[in-house]
Amino acid sequence: MRKKEMVAMLLAGGQGSRLGILTSYVAKPAVAFGGKYRIIDFALSNCINSGIDTVGILTQYQPLQLNRHIGIGIPWDLDRNYGGATLLPPYISSESGDWYTGTANAIYQNMSFIDYYNPEYVIILGGDHIYKMDYEMMLNYHKQNNADVTISVYKVPLEEAHEFGILNTEDGRKIIEFEEKPANPKSDLASMGIYIFNWSTLKSALKIMEETHENSDFGKHILPYLLEKGANLIAYEFDGFWKDVGTLEAYWQANMELIDLVPEFNLYEPYWKIYTKNEIQPPQFLGPDSNVETCILGDGVEIEGQVYNSVIGSNVMIGKNTIIRDSIIMSSTIIKDNAVIERSIISEGCIIDENVVMGVGDNTINVEFPKIYWSGLTVIGERTYIPEGIKIGKNCSLYGNFTKEEFTDGILESGTNLLAKGGEL
Amino acid sequence: MRALGIILAGGKNERLKDLTVNTALAAMPIAGSYRAIDFALSNMANSGINKVAVVTQYNSRPLVEHLSSSKWWDFGRKHGGLFVFTPYLTHDNSLWYRGTADAINQNMEYLKTSHEPYAIISSGDAVCKIDFNKVLAYHVEKRADITIVCKHVEGEDLHRYGVVQVDDDNRINEFEEKPIIPMGNLVSTGMYIIRRRLLIEMLEAIAKEERFDIVSDIIIRYRKQKKIYAYVHDEYWKSVASLPSYYNANLDFLDKDVRNYFFRQDPTIMSKVEDEPPAKFNVGSLVRNSLSSSGCIINGEVHNSMLFRKVFIGRNSIVKNSIILNGTYIGDNCYIENCIVDSKCNIPNGSVHKAEVGEIEIIVNREPFYL
Repeated sequence: MRKKEMVAMLLAGGQGSRLGILTSYVAKPAVAFGGKYRIIDFALSNCINSGIDTVGILTQYQPLQLNRHIGIGIPWDLDRNYGGATLLPPYISSESGDWYTGTANAIYQNMSFIDYYNPEYVIILGGDHIYKMDYEMMLNYHKQNNADVTISVYKVPLEEAHEFGILNTEDGRKIIEFEEKPANPKSDLASMGIYIFNWSTLKSALKIMEETHENSDFGKHILPYLLEKGANLIAYEFDGFWKDVGTLEAYWQANMELIDLVPEFNLYEPYWKIYTKNEIQPPQFLGPDSNVETCILGDGVEIEGQVYNSVIGSNVMIGKNTIIRDSIIMSSTIIKDNAVIERSIISEGCIIDENVVMGVGDNTINVEFPKIYWSGLTVIGERTYIPEGIKIGKNCSLYGNFTKEEFTDGILESGTNLLAKGGEL
Repeated sequence: MRALGIILAGGKNERLKDLTVNTALAAMPIAGSYRAIDFALSNMANSGINKVAVVTQYNSRPLVEHLSSSKWWDFGRKHGGLFVFTPYLTHDNSLWYRGTADAINQNMEYLKTSHEPYAIISSGDAVCKIDFNKVLAYHVEKRADITIVCKHVEGEDLHRYGVVQVDDDNRINEFEEKPIIPMGNLVSTGMYIIRRRLLIEMLEAIAKEERFDIVSDIIIRYRKQKKIYAYVHDEYWKSVASLPSYYNANLDFLDKDVRNYFFRQDPTIMSKVEDEPPAKFNVGSLVRNSLSSSGCIINGEVHNSMLFRKVFIGRNSIVKNSIILNGTYIGDNCYIENCIVDSKCNIPNGSVHKAEVGEIEIIVNREPFYL
């Protein structure tokens, strides 16, 4: 029987609610990153660069953008006769028909997909981190240690350890305890949510946990169960660049790090390329009066104005005398003449009309969502239209096809949200 | 579409001088992330032609590499697809292609085993956009034997082209290849439509007489006997087969109308996807009226120029009115004006290359240098 040594299962169904309006209509893995990429590109590129050519992608929340992006996996060379990329949405069977209720439950519901390839090992990945990692080295480590499960871990500052799933180890390798967000962490090794399982071990654990829990989860159920059973759980320390982009501030930071003179996370290295679906190919045009400094620009961008310290996606148009600073502009957005944009994130396909001012004023924390919009970032949802001359403060979120009348005196105060009456553009 | 395509991308061309020492003309980079042949291929794909042969022999390796997968032009189909024909040895033939007609004749099986009633022949070195459906409709309407796509050209370089003279019905009655004194300003663009059976017939007929060229041995020789019509296509068209036209065709893309015409008005030009990261503009970069491509890293000043993929410009360097091809590294404190820098070159710190206005200096320097 034909078999694959290792199959990857990529969990891409989560919403990522801490990204606010960015993920209201798009799954987090499909959110744009670094000019021309989407967050999921990093995990997918890691797979193919590590020699894994069979990837199941579990989707659930707002999958349209993700489906369109992945297609049959051509950009990652994952269009294969045997293996390749497979999108796995929830489905109905004769006995049941359930949403994915937890991370392990999602895998449980797709056991037959994995069985088809009869693998020795299964690697579980998340679709929401920015990193370059060779999963093959992790697999070698897994084999050397005769492990049942290998969990990749990342050293975090001890004072931040309470925000992560922390692994306590014997001699830094054998895992003896697993604590989810501990108040008093005993170790600084955080789980990266990347696991290699022996498929036989995982399969039996999935079945048992499915009987006892409705929403079986790797962190909460599978790993503690295996630990208790005495399975050999090994920590694999990863010391490369790894970034969680789960919050708006972290997402913005990770983007901004790419524009450093020599970024720690270097996209320009010829080996370990990051692949993405690339529909737009024309060169970037910078007009006769443009000024562009410390920026990265995607393909087909046309700039007539001034852009500083920003990440600009593909096919963005920026008009004359417009000034953009410390911002992320996603693909196919049009910003017309004489606008000023400061510290904002503007999603895909927006139109910002002339003389709009955004991201200025006092730094009032958002009243409705103080945990999301607090760091001064103003966020515009996808395909939003902002009419001429509107002034928008800090920590705001906007979505929809606005008319001028929806703004009192043409102003949106800092710390407020606005949803257009007219709905989508 | 009831036609198959043939792209002639084979000839030796010395007019681009050092730039085509290692590269076929059809594989020359154009407009940042494209190559010359992308225009012919995209025109065919966008016209619904799904079977295309590229005939090539001179410096074909970079071209074949570019065409290594047909999926970028959507030619990866069960029926039809993309074929690349280079010369090969057989039991009774050991010759290179001796001319454009001979090149097709040596691949006669392609024509004979096809079932499409028409053949569309195009050169691989022109920057243009055309809907061959319209040309074919015209060809059928005129009951022509051969239809040649023609264009009115202004300026002095008429002597580079094949100049045609037409009657009131646009039937061609005179055709002069590279004339000393041109008889008009309507020139052949090197794109033809001909019935497949007639093409087979004519190729076999001229091969018996040891004649090998489409223009001189088919078109000029048969111009009175066959009904050859001109289809006038007065839109953007530029052959890149000379140094000034290669330079100008690239810098034409600084014009917004030209960019919109090729890149934003449907159908657009397609090319092989290279997975380069976004272009990066560091502190101190000043880029005005210029085009840059993915993978570029810019620290210096760029004016009225085109940078192809993966170009590096060092600190305090100035590039003016120039074209920098793929993967070239320009060090710090350089000054480059009115130049074309070849691909994968290394320009050491402090180099100065300045050509007079109206002249174009070609820079080739692949010597490695160390910081």
